[in-house]
Amino acid sequence: MIFAVFLPLLFALFVPYISKIKAKVHTGIFVLIIPILIFLYFIRFIGTDFSPVTETISWIPSLGINLTFYLDGLSLLFVLLISGIGSLVVLYSIYYLHKSERLGHFYVYLLMFMAAMLGVVLSDNVFVLYMFWELTSISSFLLIGYWHYNQRSRYGALKSMLITVFGGLSMLGGLILLSVVTNTTSIQSMIAMSDVILNNDYLPLILTLLLLGAFTKSAQFPFHIWLPDAMEAPTPVSAYLHSATMVKAGIFLVARFSPIFAGYEWFFIIVSIFGIATLCWGSYMAVRQTDLKAILAFSTISQLGMIMAMLGFGTEVAIFAAVFHILNHATFKGSLFMVAGIVDHETGTRDIRKLGGLLTFMPITATLALFGTFSMAGIPLPFLNGFYSKELFFDATLHLNEGTLPITNFLVQIIPYLAVFGSIFTFVYSLYFVFGVFGGKKQIDQLPKKPHEAPIGMLVSPIVLVLGIILIGLFPNMVNGTFIAHAAQAVSGVPIEKDIYFWHGFITPFFMSLAVVGIGFVLFLTRAKWAKVYHAVPGNFSFNGVYDWTLSKMDTVPSKITNTYMTGSLRLYAALILSTVFLITLGALLLTNGFTISFDNLAEITVLEIAVVTIMAVAAIATIFARHNVSAILILGVVGYGLAILFVIYRAPDLALTQLVIETITVALFLLCFYHLPNLRSPNEQTGYKFTNALIAIGFGALMTVIGIAAHSSKWFDTISEYFLETSYKLGGGDNVVNVILVDMRGLDTLFEIVVLGIAALAIFSLIKLKRNKGAE
Amino acid sequence: MEIVTSILAGLLFATGIYNLLQKQLLRIVIGTTLISHGAHLFILTMGELKRGLPPVLTDGITEYSDPLPQALILTSIVISFGTTSLLLVLAYRTAKENNTDNMGQLRGTENE
Repeated sequence: MIFAVFLPLLFALFVPYISKIKAKVHTGIFVLIIPILIFLYFIRFIGTDFSPVTETISWIPSLGINLTFYLDGLSLLFVLLISGIGSLVVLYSIYYLHKSERLGHFYVYLLMFMAAMLGVVLSDNVFVLYMFWELTSISSFLLIGYWHYNQRSRYGALKSMLITVFGGLSMLGGLILLSVVTNTTSIQSMIAMSDVILNNDYLPLILTLLLLGAFTKSAQFPFHIWLPDAMEAPTPVSAYLHSATMVKAGIFLVARFSPIFAGYEWFFIIVSIFGIATLCWGSYMAVRQTDLKAILAFSTISQLGMIMAMLGFGTEVAIFAAVFHILNHATFKGSLFMVAGIVDHETGTRDIRKLGGLLTFMPITATLALFGTFSMAGIPLPFLNGFYSKELFFDATLHLNEGTLPITNFLVQIIPYLAVFGSIFTFVYSLYFVFGVFGGKKQIDQLPKKPHEAPIGMLVSPIVLVLGIILIGLFPNMVNGTFIAHAAQAVSGVPIEKDIYFWHGFITPFFMSLAVVGIGFVLFLTRAKWAKVYHAVPGNFSFNGVYDWTLSKMDTVPSKITNTYMTGSLRLYAALILSTVFLITLGALLLTNGFTISFDNLAEITVLEIAVVTIMAVAAIATIFARHNVSAILILGVVGYGLAILFVIYRAPDLALTQLVIETITVALFLLCFYHLPNLRSPNEQTGYKFTNALIAIGFGALMTVIGIAAHSSKWFDTISEYFLETSYKLGGGDNVVNVILVDMRGLDTLFEIVVLGIAALAIFSLIKLKRNKGAE
Repeated sequence: MEIVTSILAGLLFATGIYNLLQKQLLRIVIGTTLISHGAHLFILTMGELKRGLPPVLTDGITEYSDPLPQALILTSIVISFGTTSLLLVLAYRTAKENNTDNMGQLRGTENE
């Protein structure tokens, strides 16, 4: 089982070589082996006496993250869909994609996706699940953008990436919370601890985050907007990813976690509302489309909404119907996408307004389309599987559990009507699809190519899927006990015994189906008359518009904000840094009551010191007001020499010496540099700037004074200089303690201070010597 | 006296920062020099002022002023001298190359 998940990835490593060496043979023929092998491996699990299988390989045991794969009925349903439809899609793509395309890329992405999808449905570890989940997003992104020279493809790929990765990250948040709350990373253990989760304070947050992931991935309202744009992908990709597998990953997630949340009323409310809204909106919008694949995209959205709603209902019949419909939808939607691809391939257009009357040219394709669409519409014929799941759906909407919240009871009342409403439009777009393409007038002159029947190889896959529709339709109980029942049991947690019959008698779901067919048929015939309603709802409003607006604002608003403070002015940056430091320090000082002042332990004040200090203060202030450069430099010298005198007074002979020498050199350097500069006019400061500058400067200076006084007033321990004074001669062999510290006790400081001087000297040397003129040389 | 020197250090910081926020390159270098003076005085004040004789061991004397801040300041003086002189030459070259010493006009290129 683990090998089956990684087999496509392993094979993908060799695909580029195969595609180069075997240029004469289509690469897809080699790839085809992989999904068939996986399908054959998993099909042997089908049977009435199925029991779950677990396999584990340790990956990061210290974090509890292991490659644990768990195969139960639900996973089995999905792996069979993934590998089965995967095989058919690969077969179809052999005929659909020409050998001149970059086939190596295509099949690498497709195999990557297949492995990722198998990983998603088989993972028992939440973090492994997330890893595969994101891998499906990435490979889907690559596949949508397969024709990357096409601007629409790039747009669609980016859109699906942004939306699904947004959801994926939300889901990661939910999964992390779940694993923190339950202290396990295994989904099965979490299900066993569902009471812990249900009684946790984080429950609403967990549910929201998980459902965000599921809703974005499964294109639920209002996150459905990426799916129609993903139709820019090659048709095999649309058939595989965007109808049968990836868009059901969100469904799978909800189904997988529904044993935990079942019985939590808000789970029912949220999932049902979003599901029903998606069902209605998707089917309503599908009738408006003119592109074949766009019709199918909105149809997929709507059907996914229906499945989601049934999972939300959570009753036994609803779960059974949901699982059954996952299978049915995969069969008819896969075949319909392939039909759309054939029509596109053989006529050169997918625009339904240009198509028509193709029945005589493409009888086989038309027949396949007829079965697919009628099954999708839920027309009551005994050989169409769509009808069974739709009737079970109606049945489920009529038997919802009453809840404690008023909103629940309101939903229970209106859901049957909304279900019928959505189904009517499903019926309309199904007929619109099949009769718009194959019925009506022939318009051959408008078509880019002369239409003819597709090659037999291209027809094999849709034929197999349509046979699936008919077989399930004729013998629904064939897949029931062996297959669907296990999956439904995995979702609901209890065994569901349910027989599927075509004829139930004259009960309400049957009348609902009749109403759908009747009203739908009338609406289909009068479509031209009421289509104006789309000008009113949604009119000019679209969720795409919201998405585009958000994206452009996310681009412009931050750049505007950044431009307000990243002006390139160093003054502004310095002011911002200093005021931030000032505010944080002042805040800390106030919050901790840091300011203390004590007049004990102060050195006495003498007249000499006061005189020196006064001179320094006056000189420092004078640097600001000095008009000429030279005078400012000389006044600066006064401050430096004053400091040297202070060093003398405070018994620091070495400091005084160094300070005197260095001050002299510095002043000389200042004069050297700026006396010889060309006459530059000193810029005038604006008064406003002067004021803020003064405010920042005074504030900062005052803060430093306060810190100095406070620090001096609260000394917590004695100095360690006793040690230096005692051992200076004994250990260091010197009388001058400062020098002994510099070269002996803390010699490393001195070493690097020498390095600093050396680097400065080298830098100055190169600055002066290196006279390259603005990049020219 | 420590309070007085603290005030002086604060004043040196204030004047230094005021100069730092000016547009002329020279003022900025003056500002950094003033700030480093202030910092040195600050360090000296933090070790107590005037509690004994210079830290050069002499027979019969037990009270010396604290040698550790002095060693720190000595290191700091040399380093700030190195950076100041580098800054000066850099400012000099900048003013020569661009023919301006106005920070308002030195803003790099468009696409940085």
